[in-house]
Amino acid sequence: MWKLILRRTLITIPQIILLSVLVFILAQAMPGDALTGLIDPNIDPATIEAMRERLGLNNPWYVQYIDWIKGVLQGDFGQSFRFKMPVSELIGERMINTLWLSLATLILTYLIAIPLGIISGRFNDTWLDRAITGYTYIGFAAPLFIFALVMLFVFGFQLGWFPTSGSVTPGTEPGTFAYFLSKLNHLLLPALSMALITTVSTVQYLRSEIIDTKQKDFIVTARAKGNSETRVYNRHILRNSLLPIAAFFGYEITGLIGGTIFIENIFGYPGMGELFLSSISLRDYSVMTALVLLFGLAAIIGALLSDIILSLVDPRIRIK
Amino acid sequence: MNDVLLNIKNLKTSFRIKDDYYAAVDDVSLTVRKNEVLAIVGESGSGKSAFAFSIMGLHTRAKIEGDIDYKGINLVKASTSQMRKLRGKDMGMIFQDALSALNPLMVVGDQIDEAIFLHNPKSSKSLRKKQVINLLNQVGIPRPEKTYHQYPHELSGGMRQRIVIAMAISNQPELLIADEPTTALDVTIQSQILDLIKELKDTINAGIILITHDLGVVAEMADRVAVMYAGQIVEIADVYTLMENPQHPYTRSLLNSIPTLNDVKEELHVIQGVVPSLQKLPRTGCRFAARIPWIEESSHEASPELHEISPGHFVRCTCYKDFYFPEQAEEERNYVAN
Repeated sequence: MWKLILRRTLITIPQIILLSVLVFILAQAMPGDALTGLIDPNIDPATIEAMRERLGLNNPWYVQYIDWIKGVLQGDFGQSFRFKMPVSELIGERMINTLWLSLATLILTYLIAIPLGIISGRFNDTWLDRAITGYTYIGFAAPLFIFALVMLFVFGFQLGWFPTSGSVTPGTEPGTFAYFLSKLNHLLLPALSMALITTVSTVQYLRSEIIDTKQKDFIVTARAKGNSETRVYNRHILRNSLLPIAAFFGYEITGLIGGTIFIENIFGYPGMGELFLSSISLRDYSVMTALVLLFGLAAIIGALLSDIILSLVDPRIRIK
Repeated sequence: MNDVLLNIKNLKTSFRIKDDYYAAVDDVSLTVRKNEVLAIVGESGSGKSAFAFSIMGLHTRAKIEGDIDYKGINLVKASTSQMRKLRGKDMGMIFQDALSALNPLMVVGDQIDEAIFLHNPKSSKSLRKKQVINLLNQVGIPRPEKTYHQYPHELSGGMRQRIVIAMAISNQPELLIADEPTTALDVTIQSQILDLIKELKDTINAGIILITHDLGVVAEMADRVAVMYAGQIVEIADVYTLMENPQHPYTRSLLNSIPTLNDVKEELHVIQGVVPSLQKLPRTGCRFAARIPWIEESSHEASPELHEISPGHFVRCTCYKDFYFPEQAEEERNYVAN
């Protein structure tokens, strides 16, 4: 068991190294560098060249990479050109907001997906199932950014139930209960909008798993033993169907990254996704590379989590 | 007849295909006695398993008509809770493919434990564990304590089948239905499992319905044999009569298909065609007629019935009187010509 987890974790190390190289090379491949366009065009090119030399921008890429990765390992991603502050500090604030948003979305996703999937799978081909699958098709078809805009318009502006931007009411004292409530109030609508769309794949997945499992031979065995229908579902079908859903959990995290980029921009929620888009449009390279690296890291950790969860819940892939 | 355990009358199990119901088990009447092994033989698709599932009430989407009398309870009309109490307690079932018949995520001990618990919900866990260990011993598992905590995929095919058997007999059922218990096993394990079932038959005194297409298994195990074709019983007799003096063309063809070592024939006897699908099966006349086309149409009955040709020996249709194998007839002709 531990051997499997350890082995699987060790595999992520080369993945992470490769990711960092790729991110760095891509950033290098972009035209221009930190000095392009930043400096008054009247300055003598020789001075700029001297500056490049001093900053190490003329070194071969691998030397620059090693310089960069040294900093990254110490938590130093360089300076943001836009905010004139260390990238790590800038991201740190945003990361906590994004983590809360992702967590809320994940909880809501499963709160919606599990009951709907179970109902839909157990009573497949009834009107209830058709209603639920109908919803999932709409969810698949509706782009997240359109749906989120509609939600914002209806619940934020028309009904005024939720705040329309920000992550907390300005002036609230951090640490108080009111602060916590305000945070919750601000992330509820974006989290719900995202969950309602991202949950549909989990609903469909769970539904088809249940339909698949209930036709398995061991379900007949369970009935032949004298299990009641409820017990057959709770003890035999559900556990076997939830297994792939549990394994899907890690990949859900990867999906969230894409989701938060849209959602944070639409709801003006100060998280990593919002920072990412604005950094791209303002060519804030150091912030961008740091964010791409973090998103990639989250995806790798998500896959790692999936594999570990699967090995925990499925005895067939446990290694003794 | 006091020793009758199960009395099945005019059982008809139909499945819905599109808008019509088609009978997979068509008007089957049978009795199963205490402490006897009744074998049901037939090709794939002849309705054997559908018949077994009907008795256990395991069909989820089928229309079942007729009567199955078990100790005064009509199983066809019994309520779900009544059936639930009988299933696993009075009636145990052994399945064909033990790997898929076991829950892959539960240790086998817990799966047997569940079978006991469901019918003795007040028993203590430790007592049940002892019972499970006993059962594992009884079915010949070498290290029951260790096996208890193993998952199905960690066991060999023979061991898994033993687990399935242990589960089926955990509440000393009076009726045991074995649905092709040895089909998925190799020959050496097959004979071990058959020996085990025989041994258990004597210890638990159950009536056993053995469903198989292996006539070797029938000869070894059965007391009585019912031959099924296209949802109907075509011949029923005790095992000696059936093996020595088979009458119905289908039974004779089945027995003729078994290769023997001292046979000089180079080719195996093959029954022409296949069992017709539910939708294509003609519901009138002799159902086997299409597969013995060289037999005159006038030999068949218009609506074939079971005829008792000697005490306890029933044969459907009259075509058995005129039946012959074409290759044998040819051999005879050649012999006469020479």
